[in-house]
Amino acid sequence: MSETQMTGAEMIVKALADQGVEFVFGYPGGAVLPIYDALFKTNSVRHILVRHEQGAVHSAEGYARSTGKVGVVLVTSGPGATNAVTGLTDALMDSIPIVCLTGQVATHLIGNDAFQEADTTGITRPCTKHNYLVKDVNQLARTIHEAFYVARTGRPGPVVVDLPKDIQLSLGTYAGPEKVSHRTYAPRMQGDTRAIEQAVELLANAKKPIFYSGGGVINSGDKASELLTKFVRMTGYPITNTLMGLGAYPASDKQFLGMLGMHGTYEANLAMHQCDVMLCVGARFDDRVTGRLDAFSPNSKKIHIDIDPSSVNKNVAVDVPIIGDVATVLEAMIDVWQKRSYKADPAALKQWWGQIGEWRARDCLAFRQEGAIIKPQYALQRLYELTKGQDTFITTEVGQHQMWAAQFMKFEKPNRWMTSGGLGTMGYGLPAAIGVQLAHPGKLVVDVAGEASILMNIQELSTAVQHRLPVKVFILNNQYMGMVRQWQELLHGGRYSESYTAALPDFVKLAEAFHAVGLRATKPEEMDDVIKEMMAVDRPVVVDVAVDQKENCYPMIPSGRAHYEMILADGDAQKQPTITDAGLALV
Amino acid sequence: MAIATDQIARSHTIAILVDNEAGVLARVIGLFSGRGYNIESLTVAEVDAGRRVSRITVVTSGTPMIIEQIKAQLSRLVPVHRVSDLTVEGPRVERELALVKVAGKGETRVESLRIADIFRARVVDSTNTSFVFELTGSAEKLNAFIDLMRPLGLVDVSRTGIVAISRGPNPL
Repeated sequence: MSETQMTGAEMIVKALADQGVEFVFGYPGGAVLPIYDALFKTNSVRHILVRHEQGAVHSAEGYARSTGKVGVVLVTSGPGATNAVTGLTDALMDSIPIVCLTGQVATHLIGNDAFQEADTTGITRPCTKHNYLVKDVNQLARTIHEAFYVARTGRPGPVVVDLPKDIQLSLGTYAGPEKVSHRTYAPRMQGDTRAIEQAVELLANAKKPIFYSGGGVINSGDKASELLTKFVRMTGYPITNTLMGLGAYPASDKQFLGMLGMHGTYEANLAMHQCDVMLCVGARFDDRVTGRLDAFSPNSKKIHIDIDPSSVNKNVAVDVPIIGDVATVLEAMIDVWQKRSYKADPAALKQWWGQIGEWRARDCLAFRQEGAIIKPQYALQRLYELTKGQDTFITTEVGQHQMWAAQFMKFEKPNRWMTSGGLGTMGYGLPAAIGVQLAHPGKLVVDVAGEASILMNIQELSTAVQHRLPVKVFILNNQYMGMVRQWQELLHGGRYSESYTAALPDFVKLAEAFHAVGLRATKPEEMDDVIKEMMAVDRPVVVDVAVDQKENCYPMIPSGRAHYEMILADGDAQKQPTITDAGLALV
Repeated sequence: MAIATDQIARSHTIAILVDNEAGVLARVIGLFSGRGYNIESLTVAEVDAGRRVSRITVVTSGTPMIIEQIKAQLSRLVPVHRVSDLTVEGPRVERELALVKVAGKGETRVESLRIADIFRARVVDSTNTSFVFELTGSAEKLNAFIDLMRPLGLVDVSRTGIVAISRGPNPL
């Protein structure tokens, strides 16, 4: 047998090693047994056994988002593949590079409703960037390398490779990663020079400019964040980030206005509404960001940098689209700005910052910690204050706690914030934290959670314990699905239909049952000690923080309203915007 | 360049060159149904057996922003080589083929044959009580012919959907 002849299963493991894969998140089953056998015989790739396939994908996402590398998943056919679908959709919506290997029944059984058969390529077609069914062992290695290439280049995304069991067992010729190219797929990196010049000129002549940056900056790599920071400081202009883009610009900087959008800051949303030139960098004008579209930033010229042409002019018509990689385009823009010795109009900029200062003075995130009940904002503020001295990675579940975390945890660097933005997947945070902790041993990784979300993938606590990953689960426990409750209060007359969880587990005992550590805080004065203890314990910890049940997350642009129509925590009740009938139909 | 933002939906004929691989048509159709785009007509066939390339012709409708979205979304699919909006990229030839079955006796039968002659439709099957006509042309011409056949005993219509190509010497 020649050197490059091997079984399909051996090829898969070799291909992963050749791609530099450190971890595979997976769960075995009948249709992937040959691959697990090949994994057993090698030390080149470490397999992380999860407790549910959805957890495998979210763990791989956490790994990918905190490192910029491709996350790898291995699951069996049928239910293994269908359980992975939520994770794949999540990765597609948030543009996270994932390669998911799925087992499949033998080629001669496909279509026969065989045991644990599912039409995996059919099911995953709309929730992946691309997918493959390998029917020839000699195409197997090339296909896996191509899958990695497609997943990580351009706008990243999940790629599924479906692997029939007979292909895993048959002999074929291995091909290395160096031979991979694609005859049609070649994302564009360089932006159009004329568009870049036009954009920089617009920016230089702006009176009320704003940078609005998103997850594309983080996906483009560290250099993109550095260039963004450089460009923003060079111009002296204000910047806001989307939920996905937090960390791309240092949050402690005075030019940073905080997050924008539905639960964004007063100053960020009003600056977006009133700006005259908007530079959108790697963001996609999502409905959570824009509010009511026909009232979105009505008087601005809009420049949009995006690597994906389909993101441009999708929701909002822009004046200057620039298709290309964020870092490459920003570098070119900085170059034009410097070569032409552009300078911001100092008088106009002073006036603009004066206006922004007035909005800032509204102090829209202010809250009062009074009495014996812990405010959720207070819990997060203490978490931030006690952890800011070290390089901390935060993941979240989905809901009020997620928005408060986005408001109160400040990120100075990219890749420190992992949250399910597009799909809004409850149960994301704990498995994501596991992936982050594996990639960053010794670093503090905290999943900011709600008591409802955490129960969706609580089984992954067992994964954390098995692999000795000291992730911290920080539950803001208000006994309600808080965001559902908030919407029911605002939209449905306070009829809290099914949003109260009447039979919650004792999270401290639950942690202990998993052989993790459980802690609890019920009074404000306990907060600091509990957080410090959580940080001191080098094991998985679940912290149950009993918080105010009635607290709502503000500011809030109610659905169907525009950026200037925010509900504020301490706003005049008579003047707060209400939800229109049209808004009621929106999610 | 800024995009036209008018709200008038128009019909566009879009040609797509794709790798002829398993599932490629499903990807294209799934994109249209998943994103709520309209398909008025769709044809597909391999056009280069050596390179295994197929050509898909889709007639769709939408506002300028929607049409741009459709083209961008199609271009994003990994097996897609090229997407071309024939409606905006200069003059083109569009053709459709129909097989039209008409059953009847006596004067209506003769009349159907006479109209077929005017439309330059060919008779490709005949019995004592029926004809199958083959007709090629624009969709409007086919519609007109089918409408005329309706009172004359129209029983069945099979149409290919539109195929289109640009005029002049240049490839897609």
